[in-house]
Amino acid sequence: MLATRSRPAADQRLDANTIVVQDLVKRYRGAELNAVDGISFNVREGELFALLGPNGAGKTTTISILTTTLAPTSGVALVGGHDLASDPSGVRRTVGIIFQKPSLDLNLTAEENVRLHAILYGLFPYRPFFPLMPLAYRERVRELSTILGIEREMFKPVKTFSGGMKRKLEIVRSLMHRPRVLFLDEPTSGLDTASRRALWDYLREVRAETRATVFLTTHYLDEAEDADRICILDKGKIVAEGTPAHVKQDLTHEYLVVDAADRDALRRELLARGVAHRETPLFEIPLDGVGAHTLLKAIDTPLTTVRTVAPSLEDAYIKVLARS
Amino acid sequence: MIAAGELHSVLALAQRDLTKLLRDRARLITTVIFPFIFIGALGGTLSASFGRAPGFDFLTLTFTGVYAQTLFQSTAMGMISLVIDRENDFSQELFIAPVSRYTIIAGRILGETLVALPQALAIIAFGLVIGIHISPGQLVALIGTGLIVAFFGGAFGVLVLAFLNNQRAANQVFPFIFLPQFFLAGVFTPIQVMPWYLEIPSRIAPLRYAVDFIRGVFYAGQPDYEHVVLQSPAANLAIIVPGFLVCIVIGTFFFVRSERNR
Repeated sequence: MLATRSRPAADQRLDANTIVVQDLVKRYRGAELNAVDGISFNVREGELFALLGPNGAGKTTTISILTTTLAPTSGVALVGGHDLASDPSGVRRTVGIIFQKPSLDLNLTAEENVRLHAILYGLFPYRPFFPLMPLAYRERVRELSTILGIEREMFKPVKTFSGGMKRKLEIVRSLMHRPRVLFLDEPTSGLDTASRRALWDYLREVRAETRATVFLTTHYLDEAEDADRICILDKGKIVAEGTPAHVKQDLTHEYLVVDAADRDALRRELLARGVAHRETPLFEIPLDGVGAHTLLKAIDTPLTTVRTVAPSLEDAYIKVLARS
Repeated sequence: MIAAGELHSVLALAQRDLTKLLRDRARLITTVIFPFIFIGALGGTLSASFGRAPGFDFLTLTFTGVYAQTLFQSTAMGMISLVIDRENDFSQELFIAPVSRYTIIAGRILGETLVALPQALAIIAFGLVIGIHISPGQLVALIGTGLIVAFFGGAFGVLVLAFLNNQRAANQVFPFIFLPQFFLAGVFTPIQVMPWYLEIPSRIAPLRYAVDFIRGVFYAGQPDYEHVVLQSPAANLAIIVPGFLVCIVIGTFFFVRSERNR
């Protein structure tokens, strides 16, 4: 049963946000713990929002709820202004999704899969064959399939497709109805490096062109580096949220790595100047707002190694999970 | 406008099932051969043994019985594809579409009816070959009533499937539900006279009304009518139509609920 008492608050938050999630809970039948445990977050219009977390954190459960394929246990969620509980059909018209597991009919051709989708979404009338479909449909299929490089495979059975081609086909299909919000549940899993890059190049184009909001879950943290905001889930709870830069800043620090032929001299000098450091065995000096150049100018001991280290999102992510 | 969109969706979903059948040659052959064995072997044997001794032709009785049973069962069992779609992760693509859940189920029932249609035509052709007299009027009646029975079977299949979680369970439960109905519905043998302990389950069996409905129309105006038909086609229709509605509404509700409430 969905809670309704906090819906006015959710409505207020909707103004600037495409997605509003408030106190969302999901407990699967027979489970002892909540898969999603009272999470709240917002996603702004046109934003690339990444939901991160280890396996079983609740990412796919959250996406399934937000795309109406799974009923929540409690909580409120609005997508594109449509309430999941009272207007699931409105939500479905607003969103496109690329599922974690390919959701294609392997017995049909690629074009037949796309055509079924287009008709179910009310984009085009039913016609039994591709040549009988309206010109606009045929052109859109050609346009999308050409961009993703599968135009020659569109009339082949999907069962002959590789994992990467299936992913591309799902992308073609999900973009047919020009969704306002595109949910991508680990969209690049199983893709080779070149396909991943091509997919992201295209998604960037789509975002720039349509201003579509993209809600992403991924295991590849380099993909989340480009996100406007990230949210890290662990055991169904939010453990960190913000821009990638903020999350990194909160949890990790840039530092300077130096070394010298005369380590004893360097150690003595650092202690004498009161510079905090640790030896690993190189000397790591947290920058904490101090410029690397200023620090280096202050050290007289001849150095053999100098480099600055900027932690990645992955470092922050590992730290968040370790802490939680 | 909305209704037109839903109709287009029903047609697109139905075409999907038909396309899959036409591309699966092994399935196409086996589904057509199975009824031939029933009519040819069982009906032929009974006809040869009894001839017209009971007051009607056994071969024609078996022909109409198998015709009804094939359409009803084929569509009902075809609905297992809903569970197969769930297991293949395709159902999430269907259930995320902004169409009514009833539209999705209706599309699948129409699709499985279209899948059953080649079987129906093959059975009629086989009936003609083995000497069953079918007038043009009876031919039209067979196809018309066959479609109604197929829809009824599909709705019954949805109701059964709504309470089954996987294909394995469906494959175990469906034969258990259908095999007794072959006898309780009088597919191969007349059931005018039955002991009370069989009469009760017979009256519960939906296939009984499907078989009797087709026979009622097929035998209309013929002397065998009284020996073969249990009640008028109108009386059967008065059970089939509400039965169809009840099955589809309850079945869709529970199927969708099991899909979303995991």
